Amino acid sequence: MIKSFQRMNLKSIKIKSAMVFCLILMAESLSAQTSGSGLSIPTVLLWVLAAVIVLAALFMGESILKLEANNSGADKKRNYSLFPNRFDFFGSKIKPGVPTGNLHVLSKGHDIKLEGGAERVLLDFTSKGSTYAIKPTDFHGIAPIPKVQVEVGDNVLAGDALFYDKANPNVKFCSPVSGEVIAINRGAKRAITEVVVLADKEINYRSVNKVDLSSIDQESLLTFLQENGVFPLIKRRPFQLVANPAETPRDIFVSTFDTAPLAPDTDMVLNGRTTAFHKGLEVLSKLTSGKVHLGIDAMSNQLDAINNAPFSEKHWFAGKHPAGNVGVQIHHIAPISMNDVVWTLGVQEVITIGALFTEGRYNAERVVAITGAEFNKNHYVKTYQGACLSDLIKENVSEEVENVRFVSGDVLTGSEIAANGYLGFYDDQITVLKEGNYNEMFGWLLPLAPRPSISRTFPGFLMPNYEYTADTNTHGERRAFVVTGQYEQVLPMDIYPQHLMKAILTNDYERMEGLGLAELVEEDVALCEFVCTSKQPLQQILREGLDMMHEQM
Amino acid sequence: MKPILNFLEKIEPDKKKSPFLHAVFDGLFTFLYAPKSTTKGGVHIRDGMDLKRTMVMVVLAMQLCYLLGTYNIGHQHFTAMGQYLGFLEGFHLKLAHGLIKLLPIFVVAHVVGLGIEFWYAAKKGHAIEEGFLVSGALIPLIMPPDIPLWILAVAVAFAVILGKEAFGGTGMNIWNVALLARVFIFFAYPTTISGDEVWISGIEKVDGVYMSEVYGWAHQLFDGFFNWFNLDTFGHGGVVADSYTGATPLSIAKTEGWAVYDMAGNLTGGVLNTYSINQMFWGLIPGSIGEAFKPGIIIGALMLIGIGIASWRIMLSMIIGGSLVAMMMNGMAGSDAAIAMNLDEFMAVPWYAHFYMGGYLFAMAFMATDPVTAASTNTGKWIYGFMIGAIGMIIRVWNPAYPEGWMLAILFMNTFAPLIDHYVLSFNIQKRLSRA
Repeated sequence: MIKSFQRMNLKSIKIKSAMVFCLILMAESLSAQTSGSGLSIPTVLLWVLAAVIVLAALFMGESILKLEANNSGADKKRNYSLFPNRFDFFGSKIKPGVPTGNLHVLSKGHDIKLEGGAERVLLDFTSKGSTYAIKPTDFHGIAPIPKVQVEVGDNVLAGDALFYDKANPNVKFCSPVSGEVIAINRGAKRAITEVVVLADKEINYRSVNKVDLSSIDQESLLTFLQENGVFPLIKRRPFQLVANPAETPRDIFVSTFDTAPLAPDTDMVLNGRTTAFHKGLEVLSKLTSGKVHLGIDAMSNQLDAINNAPFSEKHWFAGKHPAGNVGVQIHHIAPISMNDVVWTLGVQEVITIGALFTEGRYNAERVVAITGAEFNKNHYVKTYQGACLSDLIKENVSEEVENVRFVSGDVLTGSEIAANGYLGFYDDQITVLKEGNYNEMFGWLLPLAPRPSISRTFPGFLMPNYEYTADTNTHGERRAFVVTGQYEQVLPMDIYPQHLMKAILTNDYERMEGLGLAELVEEDVALCEFVCTSKQPLQQILREGLDMMHEQM
Repeated sequence: MKPILNFLEKIEPDKKKSPFLHAVFDGLFTFLYAPKSTTKGGVHIRDGMDLKRTMVMVVLAMQLCYLLGTYNIGHQHFTAMGQYLGFLEGFHLKLAHGLIKLLPIFVVAHVVGLGIEFWYAAKKGHAIEEGFLVSGALIPLIMPPDIPLWILAVAVAFAVILGKEAFGGTGMNIWNVALLARVFIFFAYPTTISGDEVWISGIEKVDGVYMSEVYGWAHQLFDGFFNWFNLDTFGHGGVVADSYTGATPLSIAKTEGWAVYDMAGNLTGGVLNTYSINQMFWGLIPGSIGEAFKPGIIIGALMLIGIGIASWRIMLSMIIGGSLVAMMMNGMAGSDAAIAMNLDEFMAVPWYAHFYMGGYLFAMAFMATDPVTAASTNTGKWIYGFMIGAIGMIIRVWNPAYPEGWMLAILFMNTFAPLIDHYVLSFNIQKRLSRA
């Protein structure tokens, strides 16, 4: 049977459409012969019902056919189906040059379209910055009061250690710039919140020994990386912790694209830094017992810098947000459980690691997208890790702008910072949002201003490319979980988020682990939190679950 | 708009001193104005959808059923007495009679239900939750038009207190609140909600003769109004025609089947002998207030599916389940066992005919799809809907006392929905374990 299907070349979408059309024509002529009397609405409805039942039977037959094809070991890449499959529809959006072998098409998800995307202009701010800060609060799993190695008034070079975690003294957190330490700020319970460095006009780098990657042994490579502040750049899953050099990761995952609202484009970030990127991948490939996996956007222009990247296995993803989240990509490439250890990085972190070898210095340059409709211009700037917000956006804010919120990161996962606050350690984006502290008359029933939503009760779903100006209003009060199936709609993973959240809320460890807690971190459920009708704080609940589970391990 | 807002903010009662007043104020204020709360931690923007909007969309989807349900109360009343038999004849009288019957039911259901909700909100110190918006709109639609109001009040109180608040309020209940109110009446006061007589409103038995009840002040008020415009008036009503039984299609189907023909091929009995398909489709049959008008239900269901609020999986699988069981019964009809158990006629009713009768579609569109009490996983929803369809059809046809089954089937599957979810989740957990 399979052979005959192969001969017919059912894969061609044209033949399939023709077959479906013929079926419809046959049904038409049949019904024309039988219906002598006039059609009443009940009979029409009966016909519709009959059609539904026939369709259900067709689908059943079709899945049996696919199962049969699978079991008999037929060629997996062919489409043994009566209907064109989603590859046939997505085909138009997938850019040429994407191999179908390693392509994952994710049908679930949602792109939040916001006004204020960054123009493709890169301004150099590396010499304009005044102060930079590294914030211990950006890192999960380190003690709230790390051991600070510098004092106020000390001079540091870029790449000098500022502090380290007492539980893990090998992991050094390095200064992105050279200059004078001017403040060590503390927050609640004396926890250190910021170590601030006043930058020199000309950045001086700590000298780094030249290392030959091909000859160096594993141990001295690890020591070298520890000394030069590489490990804070790497996140460890499960739990989203700072990577521990004592662990050997099963695999390393790098997502080369970001699908979050207004996220920066990869080619702007990679521009001119391809060598360092490739070198970084080579370094990473020496750190893992498995592979370095690259997640690549199948729906944007293919970049040679990524497609030709060495020492890595490439996977293409086509889909809406959160397809660019590394957690989603891990789920589809090689899912993890509680006892696995994998490391994840962003493109710019890989570049910093690579630059240690290609440039011989700790180069913490970051390309940051300045986004949000409240800025009067949106563009990219080149600066260093932990830059001060007020340095970066001086020219973007007009005088009358007030009642806004600055977010380091994107609107889903970023953290709120003050106008003179500092960019987060991993963030490559600044977003500005209007605060939504207003009462809207009948806002829940007849909203006057368009607002982003996945709900089809708003006319917005008819205009998928409309760019919204969002604000921070919650658009409703917090309620118990009522609506079901909503989170699954936007999370392209085989996970039941709502039940996982309930397991966390009831401290059911076994269920938490079974339902896939290990595969998630906050950014993966951020979109679920956005769509939540009951306005539940899912990221916070998930973090509580992760922390509880981490304590148990 | 600013002055109203300022005024409302000024009169806000103190939450500590008068919690009940504050709860009421808060409920009305958040109805009038979306709150000005902003996101803290987590996501910085939120979807425009909230629970109020979700609930009100469901209520909107029911409005066509309300419209024709009201009219049909009057239509059945006059049909019983053989007056104004045409659909549009006596339009104003039928509408007025329907309103007189429906409005008290609607008001009592809401006053009792919302009153309890407000009281609990004040006692527990949380905001008023929107769950009763939908329950309160559903309850009148599943009642017979002549339901005594005190029974209704007791039933609603039972459903809201024991069915919902005892479990922790909206989102926590195990059983569908509206159906719980109905099942309470069904078991506690069965004569008011089953049989042939309860579905026609405003009829009473005087000295063995069925006649229209003595019209009260409300009818007389309308009469004065109609007199003014020289329209027909209610007058003193009339006597129910001898041949009229008020039997619902289902009770006819139970005793006589769908259609009975004599030797010459003439229709002599069965449902079709009394009601035409069009009549059943357009809802001009006796029954619960909202269940009869099929186009309204279908439009409501399509609307809910279209805007993505109700689960199409539950609706579709419920139809498939019900149809399959009905087809099996069609196949078994005529066997010795069926005849011996006196079920032959009902079992022979064609599977598609079940859609025209009773609350099949209404239960599918509005009752089974309640997200709180239904299965919460997508796979679970298929099983849940299918089982409701299958079990509901079994109860409808094989139940010796009462020819309808959706209420009991849905409550039964509400009970088992967590179990279905448990197995779906266990499967997911097993899959994850076997991968490691």
